[in-house]
Amino acid sequence: MRKVYNKISQISGNVITVNATGIQNEELAEITSQRGKSLAQVIKLDHEEVSLQVFAGSRGISINDEVRFLGHPMQVTFSDDMLGRIFDGAGIPRDKGPTLNENMIEVAGPSVNPSKRIIPDRMIRTNIPMIDIFNSLVVSQKLPIFSISGEPYNELLARIALQAEVDMIILGGIGLKYDEYMNFKMVLEEGGALSRSIFFMHTASDPIVEALMVPDLSLAVAEKFALKGRDVLVLLTDMTNFADALKEIAITMEQVPSNRGYPGDLYSQLAARYEKAVDFDEAGSITILAVTTMPGDDVTHPVPDNTGYITEGQFYLHHGYIDPFGSLSRLKQNVNSPKMSRKDHRAIMDGMIQLYAQFIETEEKRAMGFRMSDWDKKLLKYGGLFRSKMMDLSVNISLENALDLGWEILAECFTPEETRLRTELIKEFWPKK
Amino acid sequence: MNLTTGTITGINGNMITVETDGTIMQNEVAYIIKGKERLKSEIVRIGQGTAFLQVFESTKGLLIGDKVEFSGDMLSVQLGPGLLKQIYDGLQNPLPDLAKEFGFFLPRGVELKPLDEEKKWEFTPTVKVGDTLIRGMKLGQVPEGIFDHFVMLPFNFHGEFTVTEIADKGEYKITDTIAKLKDEKGTVHEVTMTFSWPVKIPIEAYREKHVPTDPLITQTRIIDTFYPVANGGTFCIPGPFGAGKTVLQHILSRYAQVDIVIVAACGERAGEVVELLREFPELEDPRTGKTLMERTIIICNTSSMPVAAREASVYTAVTLGEYYRQMGLNVLLLADSTSRWAQAMRELSGRLEEIPGEEAFPAYLESRIAEFYERAGLVELNNDGFGTLTIGGTVSPAGGNFEEPVTQATLKVVGAFLGLSRDRANARRFPSIDPLESWSKYKSFIKKRLVDDARDLLRRGNDVNQMMMVVGEEGTSNEDFQFYLKSEFLDSVYLQQNAFDEVDSGSGEERQKFVFNYVKKVLDTTFHLENKDKAREFFNHLRQQFIDWNYIPMDSPEFKSQEESISKIITEYSEDEKGL
Ligand SMILES: Nc1ncnc2c1ncn2[C@@H]1O[C@H](COP(=O)(O)OP(=O)(O)OP(=O)(O)O)[C@@H](O)[C@H]1O
Ligand SMILES: [Mg+2]
Repeated sequence: MRKVYNKISQISGNVITVNATGIQNEELAEITSQRGKSLAQVIKLDHEEVSLQVFAGSRGISINDEVRFLGHPMQVTFSDDMLGRIFDGAGIPRDKGPTLNENMIEVAGPSVNPSKRIIPDRMIRTNIPMIDIFNSLVVSQKLPIFSISGEPYNELLARIALQAEVDMIILGGIGLKYDEYMNFKMVLEEGGALSRSIFFMHTASDPIVEALMVPDLSLAVAEKFALKGRDVLVLLTDMTNFADALKEIAITMEQVPSNRGYPGDLYSQLAARYEKAVDFDEAGSITILAVTTMPGDDVTHPVPDNTGYITEGQFYLHHGYIDPFGSLSRLKQNVNSPKMSRKDHRAIMDGMIQLYAQFIETEEKRAMGFRMSDWDKKLLKYGGLFRSKMMDLSVNISLENALDLGWEILAECFTPEETRLRTELIKEFWPKK
Repeated sequence: MNLTTGTITGINGNMITVETDGTIMQNEVAYIIKGKERLKSEIVRIGQGTAFLQVFESTKGLLIGDKVEFSGDMLSVQLGPGLLKQIYDGLQNPLPDLAKEFGFFLPRGVELKPLDEEKKWEFTPTVKVGDTLIRGMKLGQVPEGIFDHFVMLPFNFHGEFTVTEIADKGEYKITDTIAKLKDEKGTVHEVTMTFSWPVKIPIEAYREKHVPTDPLITQTRIIDTFYPVANGGTFCIPGPFGAGKTVLQHILSRYAQVDIVIVAACGERAGEVVELLREFPELEDPRTGKTLMERTIIICNTSSMPVAAREASVYTAVTLGEYYRQMGLNVLLLADSTSRWAQAMRELSGRLEEIPGEEAFPAYLESRIAEFYERAGLVELNNDGFGTLTIGGTVSPAGGNFEEPVTQATLKVVGAFLGLSRDRANARRFPSIDPLESWSKYKSFIKKRLVDDARDLLRRGNDVNQMMMVVGEEGTSNEDFQFYLKSEFLDSVYLQQNAFDEVDSGSGEERQKFVFNYVKKVLDTTFHLENKDKAREFFNHLRQQFIDWNYIPMDSPEFKSQEESISKIITEYSEDEKGL
């Protein structure tokens, strides 16, 4: 039996209150207003007073509009038919395809038992040397790209999606600009990946509350596919918009903010999503790559800060480069050991970064007008080559080729001893002139 | 006895309000009855005919009017043999057992027995009929792995008790009665090998608490030599994300020379616990020859598990720690991260609409943190002998800024502050403990004067470095430059330690004393070096020699020969030796 009510007692922000009985916590309702139908979700119950957040926003809702409770919490369809399809933040198709409402599954389900997890040790190759050599991406990793608006983070995301060796891609767009959305679609289409992708797309012009559901929908579907043995890559962009939507609801509900207006449970809310990343024993996996734009390029802002405390490293995208400093894949040691990768992988990674760090120091010294020694000049040459041949995002080569390229760059700038690399590796890999 | 019941009248996140007219008490456990599910919750506030409960599970799908059963007991853990090697959630549910029964996901509203009640233990009595005991005293013992697990008079037995019956040596289940005792009024009580204890009440079944003095050897040089921890003491590890808190705690959990380690993974990544779960059963504990798991208990309430249970998890962990301390053991509790626990308190406080303090943390944040660390200590047992519980917590300050409530409240109560620095982590100088900011109130096994000298040198080297940024190397005197190089030398060969090298990752007391002596010799010697390039070259060379030395096992012949070659270099370049 579905319960229908026609008396909204309060409207505040995007939260409405109705008097109703027999309503479940987190149950969904459908509200019919002059603007059409919108979903809403119960967020608080107090005796007969039921508070709901309205996905489409409260604009245009009148106090005697119809509120019809659906008797279940948020659900989403799950089937192979979803591949190649585009849904909105309420899980409704936004392409012209047929509605899918079979095999509905619960979203935001229980968490994985930690004792059922395994230590992840499969590298995801992206053909981007700054990732593959220096901060390898690992199956089941959760990793954000920290960036500021204007940087090509969505291009980077699209490229990784296209090149990563995964079975399928789920793109969760949160407050995405329309042209960015179209661009994702175009890139995946041209790369022939659209048919193994599913979009949950909330654009900047969509109601803000709908943004809240996008990560949950994407991850619930990803989880089901992973349990069926697929390696799923979930892209979430931009999680700062998600956090801002949380903030808005929290303020409407008069919660005491903890830091710059964000609710005290921001950490738990973000963690509940990111921790869905998993490598199932004897089944598939979920890897999460997210974008977190940093307001004011400030990594101590609550959103990047809380994110950093949750994820397994981060990529900093600065001036169009993945910055080797600050960027960190905390799982890389699981996949770059001589046992798991080419035996010069770690040595090249450490050696080239140390030299690059010295180059940065030299560059600073030069900027301050200090004299440049011969060694400084070598470093300057090296830094230039490193940037143009390794860091440039247009570089697109396999890990093995990138390692070979690393040796070539070193040989072009230094003597073997100056690299401080181990003798046995130099013997085997130093390019012969 | 009829248990009190009530009905739900409000739901706000993981907090519910329940109407009841029965007798209830603060911190009492209650269950929400939802079909077959029994959702565990705890009373956190009591008002007129209403109780406010935090629910340890997801409240999705609950209804106004759902029935609630109060248990009459405070939130408790079960104590007894069989706790070691276990992996529990924050409420002492054994996670591997849950996995066996329910598969990949954590089910809602299920409780499993924390201890195996079928297993038999070899009990040896240590008292006889007629003996009188007070709580915490030993009735007998059972072997639990490498330890003698004391079977004690339960800690809630107040007063004096006389043994009227005691089981013979033999095999018993933990629920079998192993003794009967008469209290002062003549009432006879039965005792088994197991009993429960409310987690938020400290166990104080001991004679007296003493000031901790003995160093706890962590085998991490910068800690033991510079900022030591004492057995029974407290310390905190604050640091921004990615600075190395968890890695440092993992190192401590492996190398600390204590009897038992309890790891409380509180609101952090599940993946990090998995490393312990999978690796500890494989790693050998050099002190016992058994695996590290034999001395470990893992309490795991990771970030996506229910927030209220996260709040409980640190109490569960500390209670188990206190229990093993009662057996005269040295216990180390590592909590990662106490900030997540504080945040759990904040979330609850917000839902209770309490007046918020700084950054919306509740006003009682400080006292809760103080109470928690107060449960550490060196205690003199009722049975003679001593036991210790050391507590080390990581702190995850918002924005990496130590001027925030949780760090500040923690700094007020702990005995040592191991502050991690973002700069050191970025420069891959691990462990990234800041040698200039950190402090400890405990005593190092190396003479204070020597340590102070070394620390002064670090400060001076740092000053020179700052100055060089402005005036360049050219504008720095050779003498100052040598100070700088020495501080860098001390940093790279002694403060830094390679966690991934089998030898370097753990450095015992003897070795630290031995090596520090040599390092000190370098710091105290004025070297004859004509110019800066020569000086740099010399120290680079010396550094390499020391780092190589760090990788050589102390009992191998190469250790001695490396020592000799280092000695030679020092003498060769020393100004004193040249009679200058
Ligand atoms: N002692 C060490 N030796 C080598 N690498 C280290 C060491 N400590 C930390 N690291 C590096 O730093 C990374 C982050 O360390 P860790 O996970 O301990 O940080 P954290 O302070 O616990 O961060 P968070 O607050 O986000 O949990 C590790 O994945 C590793 O790459
Ligand atoms: Mg950590």
